[in-house]
Amino acid sequence: MTIKKQSFTLKAGLAQMLKGGVIMDVVTAEQAKIAEEAGACAVMALERVPSDIRAQGGVARMSDPDLIKGIMEAVTIPVMAKCRIGHFVEAQILEALGVDYIDESEVLTPADEQNHIDKQAFNVPFVCGCRNLGEALRRIGEGAAMMRTKGEAGTGNVVEAVRHARSVLGEIRRLTTMTRDEMMAYAKDIQAPYELVVQTARLKRLPVVNFAAGGIATPADAALMMQLGVDGVFVGSGIFKSSDPARRAKAIVEAVIHYRDPHKLAAISAGLGEAMPGLELATIPESQKMAKRGW
Amino acid sequence: MVMDRGIIGVLALQGAFAEHISILHKLDVSAREVRTVNDLDGLDGLIIPGGESTVIGKMAVSYRLFDALRTLGQTGFPIWGTCAGLIFLAKDVGRAQPVLGLMDITVERNAFGRQADSFEQKISIPAVTACLGEKNDSPFPAVFIRAPVVTAVGPEVHILATLPDGKIVAVQQGNLLGTAFHPELTNDRRLHAYFLRMIRDK
Repeated sequence: MTIKKQSFTLKAGLAQMLKGGVIMDVVTAEQAKIAEEAGACAVMALERVPSDIRAQGGVARMSDPDLIKGIMEAVTIPVMAKCRIGHFVEAQILEALGVDYIDESEVLTPADEQNHIDKQAFNVPFVCGCRNLGEALRRIGEGAAMMRTKGEAGTGNVVEAVRHARSVLGEIRRLTTMTRDEMMAYAKDIQAPYELVVQTARLKRLPVVNFAAGGIATPADAALMMQLGVDGVFVGSGIFKSSDPARRAKAIVEAVIHYRDPHKLAAISAGLGEAMPGLELATIPESQKMAKRGW
Repeated sequence: MVMDRGIIGVLALQGAFAEHISILHKLDVSAREVRTVNDLDGLDGLIIPGGESTVIGKMAVSYRLFDALRTLGQTGFPIWGTCAGLIFLAKDVGRAQPVLGLMDITVERNAFGRQADSFEQKISIPAVTACLGEKNDSPFPAVFIRAPVVTAVGPEVHILATLPDGKIVAVQQGNLLGTAFHPELTNDRRLHAYFLRMIRDK
């Protein structure tokens, strides 16, 4: 019987298997092993965590393929890697390396200020960031098989993650109260493909898995995002910029499982050492806000 | 297929538990997310969903579900594992990670490779179609995502399905059912119906 490969079912299906889990940023094979041991459901390979990108400045690009290969060899869980927005050749390279998912990410410096990658042209699945429903549905329209709300990466401040999750989930709630004849105008307003707007209204959720990202630093932050209604969380700088990464990583994994149980969350949150130092959003110049990248 | 009073648990430590619950609801069966030992009270059967087997195993140990699940499985309680769930039920997975060891099978993780090697294929499961009283053995859509395969089975294990090349992808050992693929990602509810039949006929 015929074999079907690289279908959207398979691309979106891998994200469904990651639900209820924590995807952790790692920059070395050693960190990847710590993340896997702590219970990460996948790791994101990158060259510098967002807080270092923010601190050091300069152009942030796809990681060295040797580093990504080292991470792929070090763990048995899925390995994701980031490419720049619109940089389809970085994406081709990551696909050739055999990574399990590509993040077309605003954390790296965009390569194209008008267009995102045509993700349908690839066999490897993509995850993309969003701040609102229109942005999410545009990315899905381009072929993204998983979404994440952007938050503001590298800040250790959950406020933008909350803003973006509330925006996406709130807009979906409003959409579900609309009649069919209101949906075309709504699709036009939010600049989203009409068919995906209708599909989202019918499903009462995004048509693909949606994680939260950008600023999650504590178990309570992770549980907050889960209670708001996301399917799982990405933690970037929050783990390896804290004083006890292994312990904090495991605690965040546990908080995503027991996100509705305050007694368990109290036990999980205790004695974890210092969280990463956080940044007030008001202190970040507009030009350095990563969430604004993406069109 | 409606059961009298039945409640099926779905292990909700990580993975595609919501997909299983949604199918159970479509079959008019009550379902409950299982995160703690207390959540196991009064269940008629348990599904361990697809996800990452390392996460499910480690978290089952952390929250003392591990021993409770082992005891249940050893005493005839129906458990069905899909993909990561199959790995978690196995005796031997060829590496150090927490597994229940309930099924006398050896499993190879990521046996086909990485995501690029994931695939969909129709497979025939004659024991299931026969049990459900179907006249023709219509194939099942099977979704394999970074999937495992069963590489060896003990004498008490029945092989329910293989791929054309002979790779074992569905097994049953009494009250325990294991599939390397994801029925929860398709609209075909026959494997769920089969599991409910296993529970009813226990």
